[in-house]
Amino acid sequence: MALMTGDEKHGPAATSTLDVLWVLYDRVLNVDPVDPEAPGRDRFLLSKGHGPMAYYAVLTARGFIDPELLPGFGDFGSPLGHHPDRVLLPGVEIGSGSLGHGLGLAVGTALGLRARGLDRPRVFTLVGDAELDEGSNHEAIAFSGAIGLDSLHAVVVDNASATHGWSGGIATRFEREGWSVLTVDGRDHGALEAALTAPHQGRPHAVVAVVEPKNSTASRSPASAR
Amino acid sequence: METMRERFIATATELLDHDPRLAVVLADISADQFGRAAARHPGRVINVGIREQLLIGVTGGLALGGMRPIAHTFPSFLVERPFEQIKLDLGHQDAGAILVSSGASYDMASMGRTHQSPGDVALLDTLDGWTIHVPGHPDEAEALLRRAAAGDNRVYLRLSADGNPEPRAITPGRFEVVRSGRAGTVIAVGPMLQPVLNAVEDLDVTVLYAVTVRPFDAATLRQAVGASASTDVVLVEPYLAGTSNREVDEALLDVPHRVLGLGVGRAELRRYGTAADHAAAHGLDAASLRTRISGFLITQ
Repeated sequence: MALMTGDEKHGPAATSTLDVLWVLYDRVLNVDPVDPEAPGRDRFLLSKGHGPMAYYAVLTARGFIDPELLPGFGDFGSPLGHHPDRVLLPGVEIGSGSLGHGLGLAVGTALGLRARGLDRPRVFTLVGDAELDEGSNHEAIAFSGAIGLDSLHAVVVDNASATHGWSGGIATRFEREGWSVLTVDGRDHGALEAALTAPHQGRPHAVVAVVEPKNSTASRSPASAR
Repeated sequence: METMRERFIATATELLDHDPRLAVVLADISADQFGRAAARHPGRVINVGIREQLLIGVTGGLALGGMRPIAHTFPSFLVERPFEQIKLDLGHQDAGAILVSSGASYDMASMGRTHQSPGDVALLDTLDGWTIHVPGHPDEAEALLRRAAAGDNRVYLRLSADGNPEPRAITPGRFEVVRSGRAGTVIAVGPMLQPVLNAVEDLDVTVLYAVTVRPFDAATLRQAVGASASTDVVLVEPYLAGTSNREVDEALLDVPHRVLGLGVGRAELRRYGTAADHAAAHGLDAASLRTRISGFLITQ
């Protein structure tokens, strides 16, 4: 991540997701950099496209990105933008950056794979707790819970950055719509792996990965731009 | 007479039986009419409820998952409400899809502004890579849908309750020369053909019929203008006036010309009534068109 420099202002966004991304790509996802378009692969959709340095770093470590590309982060000719673009990078399933798009796309992807008879691939998307402010997420949460879309997995990285918080708790929001939900320490790799692979037959599955608050001393940074 | 919307539902229902790649995504609108198809193909007729951002998000996801999705509702809720989803979940993802609206411009006049979206084509025209069809008859709508279903690109099919009494033998992507004249060229888009033909019945003008407005058939327009004594062009579009003016200007970049763009006015009428009432209020009935076209082409 240190190779990606410049004035990108989403440092906390990047570091908050690092452990979840590592566990997903190291222990959970069935993906192969040699065949990134394999029909039977799991799909990971980074909805929270802000601060993608952790995402690029993990994709590099897993062989999807050439490490020589990292210093060009954000440059005009680089495929590594401050928000990722699926058209420019193999292994990146969606372009993201504008918040609130990944979950809806993930629902459609899961439905599409199911309609094609591809029952094995799982679909994961990563959203932030502040990103949940976007109403589009709640359209997707309610619908996928109602239809029991069990190949769908949402990971909510909670660094307490939602402006008005979630008074009933993030997990409750999913549970009320019929999801299976587990809340874990977002820095505990063993707990993350167990939660991400927990059985949840007939229901979509959410994992709330709690990390240090965005505005704690350890990760204080300038206010993020949307 | 069967409506374009009814023909769309019947055709899509049939296509679902034969093309396993096809999926229909709904947001309650027309869900009852797709009931038989949903019973036969529960995984490929998806009603997300009244959730139009999700309508397009799911459509984009289906395309990423290898399907050929058709999303359908009223244009206010298909294009205007989830516009950023269209931009990003389809365009930015480089995903193909077919968007089918019904209830064009003031088809639902009595429902007021909330159910009127004359700006839908202009909005989509800000984005890259869209093919936009505006059929004037159910037969044309069916042909365009079948063609779109067999492709992979991004297509907007704009269905209207209004239409022409007879279908034309359309060639998607090409304007048809309906008649030739010397005093100028009138381009009639979709349902505007019959009012235009009535309006110019005794005028010596060329009439082009357009069902595909994006890409814009510049070649046929240039040919028509070149064959006419006048380079004046009148566009008659059943949506926001002037939507295609720049296309005419680009097509005739090296030809001195004048262009008059007729269509739905920008000002909100705040009127109910019927589609005919609104056509007259926007100057799109045959009598108004005659006055406006003849005034521009002949008396000026």
